Amino acid sequence: MTKRFQNIINRISPYIAVLGILIIWQILSLLELLPRYMLPSPTDVVRAFILDFPLLMHHSKVTLLEAFLGLGIGVALGFIVAVLMDRFKPVYRAIYPILVITQTIPTVAIAPLLVLWLGYGIAPKVTLIVIVTFFPITIGLLDGFASADPDTIKLLMSMNASKGQIFRHIKLPSSMSHFFAGLRISASYSIVGAVIAEWLGGFSGLGVYMTRVKKSYSFDKMFAVIFLISVISLLLMSVVTVLQRISMPWAGRETGLQRDV
Amino acid sequence: MKKLSAYNISKAYGDKEIIKNTSLVVYEGELVCLLGVSGVGKTTLFNILSGLLIPDKGKVLLDDTDITGESGHISYMLQKDLLLPYKTVLDNVALPLIIKGENKRKARKKASSYFETFGIDGNQNKYPHQLSGGMRQRAALLRTYLFSQEVALLDEPFSALDTITKSAMHSWYLKVMEKIKLSTLFITHDIDEAILLSDRIYIMTGKPGRITSEIKLECEKPRGEEFLLSREFIDYKRQILSILNE
Repeated sequence: MTKRFQNIINRISPYIAVLGILIIWQILSLLELLPRYMLPSPTDVVRAFILDFPLLMHHSKVTLLEAFLGLGIGVALGFIVAVLMDRFKPVYRAIYPILVITQTIPTVAIAPLLVLWLGYGIAPKVTLIVIVTFFPITIGLLDGFASADPDTIKLLMSMNASKGQIFRHIKLPSSMSHFFAGLRISASYSIVGAVIAEWLGGFSGLGVYMTRVKKSYSFDKMFAVIFLISVISLLLMSVVTVLQRISMPWAGRETGLQRDV
Repeated sequence: MKKLSAYNISKAYGDKEIIKNTSLVVYEGELVCLLGVSGVGKTTLFNILSGLLIPDKGKVLLDDTDITGESGHISYMLQKDLLLPYKTVLDNVALPLIIKGENKRKARKKASSYFETFGIDGNQNKYPHQLSGGMRQRAALLRTYLFSQEVALLDEPFSALDTITKSAMHSWYLKVMEKIKLSTLFITHDIDEAILLSDRIYIMTGKPGRITSEIKLECEKPRGEEFLLSREFIDYKRQILSILNE
């Protein structure tokens, strides 16, 4: 009985925590310690979300389009670069330092440059997303390729398998879980990247909406869009998890299975 | 008829000689065991026979063709079962056929037809982690057999199994070998296993390692559990121990 009780507590505790924060927040804003427009209550945020729903959806569409385009190109590019780096050692040595350097440049710093070079359209946004998403993919895949069991590779070599065959049968499948770990990070980066790029100029998108409501001091709408961005990121990450489950049917079944002798 | 033969093989890593001037032969359909303590160079010798390593001196012949340093002629089963966790048992077993360029459907069909002989029928669509150690070893052996029916090199195929499973695997193995007549050279450091399974035993000793003795086992096959307690068995064991302790 106590064990079951504990189980229920374990399962609902995160929801209770979120609910608790919302209640405290609501009380604080009702007390008006800060002016209401600066700290809107959760109910204000919900009202703003509902009122501006059509507009938010319109902007979401643009942001999602940029994110998907950028993520798609980023994943493809990351994959190609990882395969080339794995296949040709000189390429690995040449590219690796550059890869690391690109990651030390803050996104916010290059975004204005991209806008300057590529204009206010979709191009600078997609470019920025490609830059931030391809790195986790490349690094994930490289780690994955390196994690392939050397004895298994030796076995295939004893069968006189070609490099391509070793890649297809050993290296690629061995790197799947690393790839999906990278993809999960890239997916959340893609939304954040899109929003940051939109801050710096553009005509539509959640980032543009954000800068507009900030300028008009509509903090209830500001909170509403922040909430929406989080939800979209979480949804995207769970899509990746589902994709992983579909494409790796052998994983996640390690336990609870009967072994027959 | 000589199936696999190796002449005067030597191999060194830098200044360290691993194998010196060793020769061996496996006749058609024969089960030969390579016995020796750990670190004597048995696995290095196997890597040379399979073509993964090129010897400094000597040559390897399959039938009468020189295959020194060429992989892909002989099937090689490494110490672990090395079944790929992300492929089903059937796809694992069919892998060597696919590597050789057969199409997937044909390879699967051919591989599947051997499952009964190897006593793993019904496990085709499971993943390796769903099988017991013994079953995995059987699947790995079938994969080895499907790669090449010429000669198989087995590197301690049963060493990872517990004693009871191991002895069940021995009788299974002898039964399968009756049916498929595969010329086999296998490594072990288990003297009982060597006497129970083989037609001939090579003993490798020294540093650098060399095959120093050869014992031909005259007793009939298949040998049952009883054989392990017989006078003959004890005599062979005594002979081997005295060579190893020299």
